[in-house]
Amino acid sequence: MIRVVLPHHLQTLASCDREVTVNVDGAVTQRAVLDALEARYPMLRGTVREHVTMKRRPRVRFFADGEDVTHESPDAELPGSIASGDHPFMIVGAIAGG
Amino acid sequence: MTAIRILVGTRKGAFILTSDGKRKKWSIDGPHFAGWEIYHVKGSTVDPDRIYASQTSSWFGQIIQRSDDGGKTWLQPGSDGIAEKAAAEGIPQGESNMFVYDTSDETGKPLTTHQWYDGTQHPWEFARVWHLEPSLDDPDTCYAGVEDAALFRTSDGGVTWHELAGLRGHESGPDWAPGAGGMCLHTIVLDPINKGRIFCAISAAGTFRSDDGGETWRPINQGLHSEYIPNPTAEVGHCVHHIAIHPSNPNTLFMQKHWDVMRSDDGGDSWREVSGNLPSDFGFPIAVHAHEPETIYVVPILSDSLHYPPDGKLRVYRSRSGGEEWEALTNGLPQEHCYVNVLRDAMAVDTADPCGIYFGTTGGQVYASGDNGDSWEPIVRDLPAVLSVEAQTIS
Repeated sequence: MIRVVLPHHLQTLASCDREVTVNVDGAVTQRAVLDALEARYPMLRGTVREHVTMKRRPRVRFFADGEDVTHESPDAELPGSIASGDHPFMIVGAIAGG
Repeated sequence: MTAIRILVGTRKGAFILTSDGKRKKWSIDGPHFAGWEIYHVKGSTVDPDRIYASQTSSWFGQIIQRSDDGGKTWLQPGSDGIAEKAAAEGIPQGESNMFVYDTSDETGKPLTTHQWYDGTQHPWEFARVWHLEPSLDDPDTCYAGVEDAALFRTSDGGVTWHELAGLRGHESGPDWAPGAGGMCLHTIVLDPINKGRIFCAISAAGTFRSDDGGETWRPINQGLHSEYIPNPTAEVGHCVHHIAIHPSNPNTLFMQKHWDVMRSDDGGDSWREVSGNLPSDFGFPIAVHAHEPETIYVVPILSDSLHYPPDGKLRVYRSRSGGEEWEALTNGLPQEHCYVNVLRDAMAVDTADPCGIYFGTTGGQVYASGDNGDSWEPIVRDLPAVLSVEAQTIS
């Protein structure tokens, strides 16, 4: 069970709590976690990653167990504490005014 | 019993204002989609409970929301109730927020470039939906005007959107340029009499017309004069802010341009200026009275660099002669220290009698007149900045 923390705007869009859980079979990577998140919450498709290119939106960042993994390969394995559920995978909107 | 429903899009959510036909007491429902920018909310004339909303974010992209019950509940078309199916098949199905320029060999045009602010060429990039225009015949069909300028259409209630690529692919495309708000297709007018005729306006390219349901397009900007572009009478490049028609006479179009209020009496083939005695002919919205095709409304703004009303007085101007002669409507509107703006999609009319006029400001006020504009009252004063206002008359 992977824990994922969502920013406020995506919580309202998906009508969910700040933290949700998803299941990932196989290697726990950014891509696998996001695929599972979008399968569980289809309304989030296109919000974290652009539809066609599937690239991270420029103003979205990822953190795992205190590490900024925003610019890591989407296919790199996330820390073991994410896979074990001890820490959440955090999706964060970049800070800006407004 | 007639009811009025006002659909308001703001910088931080959508609001629905409702009243009976007297338009004296209003209930205010919202915010819907709190915190998101709601560029436009518009209902179908065929089924007024079918409402489309453009929800957008510079962070999280474009969302299309749809209501089938007059705004009580909302769904993202294509995403509702399919989680199990998506999980079973492994492929998420929610594609309602997917606006992809059509570059296919069969129907599309190559994704070319348009002019950037500095005159260099810049690739087309989708940013957001500015305007949603439900079909006059079918509640499942709706048009979307987007930034970077293009026209999309859904025929399945918003589940999938397909570009009408003939517009973006017009040979003048490389000469289109962004206005201050981006290069947006912000106005879509469907001709209720001449079937298949669609008008669009783009900042800053101008006005375009299709006579074949959106397949092919031509610019209709003859008569426009824009001092701020290298060739003031160019075929394209004009910053048209809004156009409006009366449904009984769609060959007559009214336009609020960046500067100048214009009219055409030949379906846009030619235009003439009707700014007349306006204190400023800069502005954004323009609206036509529901029952008087020659009565039109604008909100003069001081200039393109000073986006507030002249003299700090919020005045709607009405012409009962289709332009040229204008009267200020001030009763109930602030006449000192007012420095708000009224954006292009933020004025609407209902079809009750007498005609109701509504507009929202960047200061968060939504004003209503239930007497053709003679007097005004705020329905609500402190919303987030208002981006759009639409009126529904429900019998």
